[in-house]
Amino acid sequence: MVQITSPQFKENAARALADAGLQKALGKAKGAFLQRRGDAVARLPEFEQLRDIGRDIKNHTLANLDFYLETYAANVEAAGGTVHWCSTAEEARAVVLEICRKAGAKTVTKGKSMISEELGINDHLEAHGIEPVETDLGEYIIQLRREHPSHIIAPAFHLNREDWENSFREMHTDLPKDRVFSERRDILTEARTKLRDRFLAADVGITGANFLIAESGSSVIVTNEGNGDLTQTLPRVHIALASIEKLVPTLNDACALLRLLARSATGQDFSVYTTFSTGARRPGDLDGPEEYHVVLIDNGRSNMFGTEFQEMLRCIRCAACMNHCPVYGATGGHAYGWVYPGPMGSVLTPTLIGVDKAGHLPNASTFCGRCESVCPVKIPLPKMMRHWREREFERHLSPVAMRRNLGLWAWVAQRPALYRMATKLAVGALGLMAQGKGAFRSLPLAGGWTQGRDLPVPEGGTFMDRYAKTKRGD
Amino acid sequence: MSKEAILNAIRRGLKRGPLPADQRAMLEARLMARPRHLIPARSRVPRPDQIKLFIANVEKEFGTVTRVADAKDIPGAVAEYLSQQNLAPRFVMAPHPELQALPWSDRAMLEFETRRAEASDLVSVQHGYAGIAETGTLMLPSDPTRPTTLNLLAETEIVVLRASRITGPYEDAWDMLRAERQDAVTGGFMPRNVMLVTGPSRSADIEQTLELGAHGPRRLHVILVDDDPAALPG
Repeated sequence: MVQITSPQFKENAARALADAGLQKALGKAKGAFLQRRGDAVARLPEFEQLRDIGRDIKNHTLANLDFYLETYAANVEAAGGTVHWCSTAEEARAVVLEICRKAGAKTVTKGKSMISEELGINDHLEAHGIEPVETDLGEYIIQLRREHPSHIIAPAFHLNREDWENSFREMHTDLPKDRVFSERRDILTEARTKLRDRFLAADVGITGANFLIAESGSSVIVTNEGNGDLTQTLPRVHIALASIEKLVPTLNDACALLRLLARSATGQDFSVYTTFSTGARRPGDLDGPEEYHVVLIDNGRSNMFGTEFQEMLRCIRCAACMNHCPVYGATGGHAYGWVYPGPMGSVLTPTLIGVDKAGHLPNASTFCGRCESVCPVKIPLPKMMRHWREREFERHLSPVAMRRNLGLWAWVAQRPALYRMATKLAVGALGLMAQGKGAFRSLPLAGGWTQGRDLPVPEGGTFMDRYAKTKRGD
Repeated sequence: MSKEAILNAIRRGLKRGPLPADQRAMLEARLMARPRHLIPARSRVPRPDQIKLFIANVEKEFGTVTRVADAKDIPGAVAEYLSQQNLAPRFVMAPHPELQALPWSDRAMLEFETRRAEASDLVSVQHGYAGIAETGTLMLPSDPTRPTTLNLLAETEIVVLRASRITGPYEDAWDMLRAERQDAVTGGFMPRNVMLVTGPSRSADIEQTLELGAHGPRRLHVILVDDDPAALPG
């Protein structure tokens, strides 16, 4: 189970900023996603229109989710599958364990699934003598290292190539110690060889789902490696874990969202494998699972309906928001202290584990707005982070010093003459102190603030000065 | 019952009870009508250009394509591809009547079995149901004549596809399946499994750098049969 360390976000972030290995990995990885997404969007002139369509499809589905869930479940059962409705994580864990036990499972292969992390499936299975084997390359090394994913589509975002090589040498003890990994490909090949036998031996395969389709009762997974497909094809039993907001009405609706997903996520026009599973093996089929189960999970999502956070349920988990986030780029994903990092995590985590524990996360934002501008379903992430800040303030959860300073600021801000004088003085003083530098790395009396950030030196006077100049037309 | 609890919580949040009959009827009509959304212009081109777009996109995604004029040329194209790749002339083939009817005896050195794939198989030959030009994607539905394991276990997958089966967008390929297939269990059209495959398997999990050949096939080769007079280059 992922230990919640969100309340220690500040300490986590400070540690992350001082971690040379992590900073190296983040530095390498950051640019790649941005460039690839930008290129993919540029290749599709209709992309912006599709974002509106994606938002509308999700809004329509959410507004009628009770109807679509029931339709979906009826169609899964008509295709010979079973739907297990679960209100809580505990219920879902029990259902998964029960299916595995009935199947007499010793090992379970797993496709990459964030909901599985949220539920803590692996620890639960292990505690009951069933071995879970993560098969996505990134998840595999994370499992070897007993870590947790630091990114929702690239679990090993925080690791460098050396970390892979060292972990493989340490854990794959049956292979020669002095073997050479001359290319990244050699690491990949070793994992492929190691995991092949696990795929073949597994009794149950567990995957997540990117979409559930009401029209046909299908669950959809989107992957590049093919591990998810091997996981759901080879064992006798397939379990798909899916939260309730994964629903879309029809295949045509899914097509529209699929045009957004890979482009926003990895910057591919389409992922390598987009696979639709509907029920169990049909008469005459030569392969495929004999049992097909969908574990349909709420775990706090239904409480988001009718609140200012309902729009968060549109999220298709592409990770574009964290890829474009300056805070994520500086701290990596582990600092966020639970399953979902980055801007989508800063909004979702407080709804799922409570704002008392995750209140720091919506504060870890510069409000630059890049997350919203790249979100394929146009979720107003900064607005929702502000809602959390308000709730945190209202519930007196923010620290005393912060509340006092905010109160002081409000008092000054409501007295325009005083405010102007104070800002003028501050701009002048900061300008003198800067001595030609572009930003302050530390400031007297504001050490706590500058510890985690730089303050840019003010340029060109206060806002009111500049506004007055513009009005005069100089 | 968790089902009722979940549905009621959603309804409570939406500030309504179960949907009234007229609204349900509207949603059911939307499911039947399954409206199409915006289809990108890139695949709405004349037939010969659609085929060219399909090929260009397969190649962009690190797949390869051979065009043959007639189905009887397929065994030769398979033999040639395997020898180019330095692979033994041995494979497992989908038990599909169109593949089984090919003149394999013309190429006596080719050895094959028709069945699902096993872990030891190095090369598979699959029957392609449709090709989607928009992104160079193959539609591979499961059924007794097209086992899913053929798309997954072998290091090299060869897909035989007729040019007449290439569509522009994904929606057209789904419509084809909808019109042509009836499922023995559901009476609907969806088979147990439909894979949309775009290029060979890959991973970017190591330092966000793309490497080909993860858990699925390392090579994906399409043999495209020019059976569509309208699709031939002018």
